[in-house]
Amino acid sequence: MIELRHVTKQFKKNVVLDDLNLSVAAGERIALIGSNGAGKTTLIRCLLGEYVHTGELSILGLNPRRNRADLLRRIGFVPQLPPPLRMSVGDLLRFAGELSGIEAARFDTVAAQLGLDVAKVRHLPFVKLSGGMKQKILIAVALGRDCELLILDEPAANLDPEARHAFFDLLAERLGSATMLISSHRLDEVAPLVNRVLELDTGRIVLDDRVADDVALAGRVLCRLVLRRTEPAIAKTLAEWGLVGDGLAWQGAIAGPDRLRFLGMLARYVGVLTHIEMEEQA
Amino acid sequence: MMAKTNDFWPTLRLEVNTSLRARWFAVHSLVFGGIVALLFVFGLTESRVLGFIGLSRLLVTYIQLAMAILPIFVLITTVRSVAGDREAGVFEYLLALPVSLAAWFWGKFLGRYLMVFAPVFLAMLGASLWALVRDIPVPWGMFGYYTALLAAMTWCFLGIAMLISTCARSTDVAQGAAFLVWLVLLLFLDLILLGVMIQEHAPAEVAVAIALFNPLQSFRTAALMLFDPQLIVLGPAAYVIFDLFGALGYQIFALAWPTLIGTICAAWGYRMFRKGDLL
Repeated sequence: MIELRHVTKQFKKNVVLDDLNLSVAAGERIALIGSNGAGKTTLIRCLLGEYVHTGELSILGLNPRRNRADLLRRIGFVPQLPPPLRMSVGDLLRFAGELSGIEAARFDTVAAQLGLDVAKVRHLPFVKLSGGMKQKILIAVALGRDCELLILDEPAANLDPEARHAFFDLLAERLGSATMLISSHRLDEVAPLVNRVLELDTGRIVLDDRVADDVALAGRVLCRLVLRRTEPAIAKTLAEWGLVGDGLAWQGAIAGPDRLRFLGMLARYVGVLTHIEMEEQA
Repeated sequence: MMAKTNDFWPTLRLEVNTSLRARWFAVHSLVFGGIVALLFVFGLTESRVLGFIGLSRLLVTYIQLAMAILPIFVLITTVRSVAGDREAGVFEYLLALPVSLAAWFWGKFLGRYLMVFAPVFLAMLGASLWALVRDIPVPWGMFGYYTALLAAMTWCFLGIAMLISTCARSTDVAQGAAFLVWLVLLLFLDLILLGVMIQEHAPAEVAVAIALFNPLQSFRTAALMLFDPQLIVLGPAAYVIFDLFGALGYQIFALAWPTLIGTICAAWGYRMFRKGDLL
């Protein structure tokens, strides 16, 4: 699927990717992790044909520079930060649809699955939407197409728990048909989504590891919590996660891949927790 | 060079739609529409200068103002928005969609050209239609030639702006370079450095050659020619121009040369864009 041979990218004297060699097979789900400046974004831009580099790089047997449009028709990309597009949402969806050769209505369907009614925002400038709305539109453009490679740069960062669950469901539908490259600063954000981890540091791959693939993307975890006393802050947070309770006892389901993130959130309130129970649902 | 139509037209349309929402377009339309409105309000069609009255008088003034405003406006707004979009991550996202580089570059170029030229032309057309309504004779020959001059000038400076936007990696550098280009062309207008050169006894041919290469000057001279056919205001330089081109030849040169400069700059910009990092 992806082949890199001695890929090096430097800006003047600053080497950002340093002689990278990498093979990714079809169907793999890869976490691309590393600190700021590790080279994640540069690698993604090389894969998308946005940067020139030395060495050989091919995706699906095609070169991202020489076969740009043909290749990018088969790649879906969600950036970390939504760009400040001044065009209307409708213009963006129409543009992406025309370039991809598909009906823009398919994007509406995916956006609806993420909880966004495109009809209500179609005439608004993209830049005026909230962070979550922008992210849903960008995910809809990437997942609304029949892409064989999905490059996702912290794609769920701006999504609420319900939309994250819908997003994981959409990714689950693509498990058999798409290879995924998911970039993040933190492994715990993406670990449940992937079966291989690549860590970059100063432009080199310092870790390439397979990870257990036991978490079902579309699964849910039923959570029950009991608190020592009522706390407005934790009550607000639990409600945002979709849990319901009387102030002391709380219950609700979270997305399976979100369990680590959920436990990370609970760690902030560990002093008031007296009971935690998590049960995986089919 | 041209891309497949299924890439090109969506890119052009997107540029047009995005420009319609942009502040620069509102200001641009307001400035050129406002100039024409003010010229009517202040009764310019009733005044007489150098024997010109009516709409001819208005068009002569309009073309002089357009020559002063249009080049710097095109340069600054284009480099600001192109370099700004690249810095803000707009290019990173849109160029990850399946669009060919030719369609992207030329679609943006032509879309923007339409949006820059449309208000300038429509203001002039509006003035002519209003003149017809008020029974003021419309000099259609002058109108047609001025339209062509403005179209050539817009093309020229948009091409230069696209080249600068491709070369410069930041908005600040792009704006600085655009301003510098405009300043250099302005300094070599007839009344500034060229006047000094002639005072210092530089050969007249050198001064005239520099003036002819300067698209601002060729535009200005051609505009002058319509109401000063002997180019008396230019002094001896007029002889060189008439010997070299003749009146009609110079009018054609004044359209072709800026168009050629714009095309070369845009093509050069596209080549650099295609060969290097896109962001």
